[in-house]
Amino acid sequence: MMDSIAGLQLGFANALTLGNLGWALLGCFLGTAIGVLPGIGPALTIALLLPITFKVEATGAFILFCGVFYGAMYGGSTTSILLNTPGESGSIITALEGAKMARNGRAGPALATAAIGSFVAGTIGTLGISFLGPVVVNLALKLGPAEYFSLMLLCFVTVSAVLGGSALRGLTSLFFGLLLGLVGIDLQTGQPRMTLGVPELLDGVNVVLVAVALFAVGETLYMAWRHTNAAPQVRQVGSIMMSRQDWRRSIGPWFRGSLLGFPFGVMPAGGTEMPTMLSYYAERKLVKPEHAKEFGTTGAIEGVAGPEAANNAAAAGILVPMLTLGLPTSATAAIMLSAFQSYGINPGPLLFEQQGALVWTLIASLYIANIMLVVLNLPLVGLWARILKIPQPQLYAGILVFATIGTYGISNSVTDLVLLYVIGIIGMFMRRFDFPTAPVVIGMILGPMAEQAMRQALTISEGDWTTFLTRPVSLAILLLALVALVGPRLYGRFAGAR
Amino acid sequence: MTGRRHLLAVAAGLPAAALAHDARAQQRLASLYMFIPAGPGGGWDGLGRAIEQVARQAGLVGSFQFENVGGAGGSVGLPRFVGQRRGRPDALMVAGSIMVGATLTNKTPVGLKDVTPVARMTEEAGVVVVPASSDIKDLKGFLDALKANPGGTSIAGGSAGGTDHITLGLILKALGRSAKEGSYVAFAGGGPAQAAILGAQVKAGISGYSEFAEQIKSGRMRALATTGDQRLDPAIPTLKESGVDVVITNWRGVFAPPGIRPDARDKLVALMTEIHALPAWTEMLKTREWADAFLTGDAFSAFLAQDVTQTEAVLKDIGLA
Repeated sequence: MMDSIAGLQLGFANALTLGNLGWALLGCFLGTAIGVLPGIGPALTIALLLPITFKVEATGAFILFCGVFYGAMYGGSTTSILLNTPGESGSIITALEGAKMARNGRAGPALATAAIGSFVAGTIGTLGISFLGPVVVNLALKLGPAEYFSLMLLCFVTVSAVLGGSALRGLTSLFFGLLLGLVGIDLQTGQPRMTLGVPELLDGVNVVLVAVALFAVGETLYMAWRHTNAAPQVRQVGSIMMSRQDWRRSIGPWFRGSLLGFPFGVMPAGGTEMPTMLSYYAERKLVKPEHAKEFGTTGAIEGVAGPEAANNAAAAGILVPMLTLGLPTSATAAIMLSAFQSYGINPGPLLFEQQGALVWTLIASLYIANIMLVVLNLPLVGLWARILKIPQPQLYAGILVFATIGTYGISNSVTDLVLLYVIGIIGMFMRRFDFPTAPVVIGMILGPMAEQAMRQALTISEGDWTTFLTRPVSLAILLLALVALVGPRLYGRFAGAR
Repeated sequence: MTGRRHLLAVAAGLPAAALAHDARAQQRLASLYMFIPAGPGGGWDGLGRAIEQVARQAGLVGSFQFENVGGAGGSVGLPRFVGQRRGRPDALMVAGSIMVGATLTNKTPVGLKDVTPVARMTEEAGVVVVPASSDIKDLKGFLDALKANPGGTSIAGGSAGGTDHITLGLILKALGRSAKEGSYVAFAGGGPAQAAILGAQVKAGISGYSEFAEQIKSGRMRALATTGDQRLDPAIPTLKESGVDVVITNWRGVFAPPGIRPDARDKLVALMTEIHALPAWTEMLKTREWADAFLTGDAFSAFLAQDVTQTEAVLKDIGLA
């Protein structure tokens, strides 16, 4: 504890130079910009910036990289909310309620709660890195494939929150997502599945591509199909500021989301997607009855505040295994590790001991980046919200162009563009016939992860299925999933009988 | 007007100055297109960019153009390189043993037989590790456990059919068991695999030495054996010297497109030979901790054919090819 405080003091002393603040600002700015574009993520950006490691000293370079990393998390939510076009996989859930709020004249509060929620979560996550890192990571290592599979089953319960009116339609969507998730090479055997002989499909279908296709392209095509020449609807931009009630409704989700997100980030196979789903589900269940009807209709602010906080806290958590054990658990972390190597620093369990000054400077710069980002983003809220004043035909045309450019940016591949529009057209018909699109994306994210975790667990247990029940943590998570699944129904029946 | 003439003069002077500066070697190629069938930051990308750094400093190549197309052990990028660069004398692709296994398991119609081998540059031996808390103390203990109960000795490594998986297959065969009996747990990327070993979720792990080096140094993993011909670390025995007749390394090299003329190929071989002879390259190998595995021309082709045969045989035994 005292070591951490002394370390932080040293870190702030190093980070708070004019040059380093400049790197942080540049990183935050770049990060926000690339977070806005779907396809271009922080990993690719840092990879493109790698050559600067030949010229810039290590401290400056890592401050820049961390700014990009945190900035991308902030930027990702902006397009999710305004254009229903998620910039990265962690903001897919944000689009569910955020886009509905924007459509109903509440873009300002949605953007503001996302920005402030990101700040709260970023701060909690960074505090977690500073004080809890080594402890949490050792606990996280105790989780094996069996526990991950149980966690994913728990996440599957959250699908029920987005199924919509008809369970049959919702489950059909879910299975479409599971099917899309199967495309590509199977990790456990190396065999291609459903790739139709197209080499680009060997690597699977990108989940951000599917989210953009269903949410943005499908919606746009549907609007074009159903467009009438009646008097154009004038969109309300509404109040930019969060009202007192918005604040009251956001604070709980911010903290719950942060506490949920951080441990998932620390887990070597956790990631940002699972906690955003769980947070959305939790907020939907915990919401006060008078606001419950806003979910899925006019957009509930809790459904933006919670997942967005979970996303950012998880992003901070991802840095913990990288800094304490040298484990790259995400693409971004892997590239940052290779940057360490180009300075001749070998990140590993000894990094804190050998490069203490650098690590603490990096952590201090995370605090600085976090403050910079909220200062950078809050004034922009009003500007962004004004995008919605564009008349609908032009706005939707713009979304289409934006989605197309962003998707091409994922891997410069025409196959991706074909996929974008084929899935977009499917999305248009789904919208027409009232099939919910969110279960597709959830199925696509969870399906492959659950499958691999299950098969890894079964290989380790030599095919013994009871491994999921005999490992205590796994059993506890499964029981929690069972309670979440049947609890509300039993309670409803009980309350109804009385 | 003077301003413009001045600019022109400067523009004309630049290449001359650059030439004077790089007069140490004669330029072999004006530009070279370098194709990396993997994402930025990995081993293939590292080799490509190391070649750029050394060749440009020495003035052997004027300019480099990079393209990364990652995914599926190079199976996504390879068809693109073959299709778009056919017959081009100024293009190279970085590839290695991972691609041999990947194209076989993925059953892609295009394979390394469709490109022109130029040079093998580096190699890295693998290492067999156990978690520090394991009751397996040395290689003998590991081999006994593996021989007695291969199914119960779960081993973590990279994607199925890759070098790590093939290493396990070869060890099992050397022990007189079938490669199919192995209990191999594939993980996507080094991070999750290391986490599974550190957390003792699996009994042991196999991967490239550099992936585990820091964990071994810090005492969180115990190294049992390396897979090269010679010891990498004086304290860690090789499989071969311990009586397990397995030598396998993860090699990396460069390939030219299909259909190039023999003289174009000779020129690229000469270029790589020149790069390899530079002191800057020796220095590069040292800083990156890569082992030199330089091999060109027909010798490289023969090695490649042998590697493909061996890999295919093991993959067939495991049931993946």
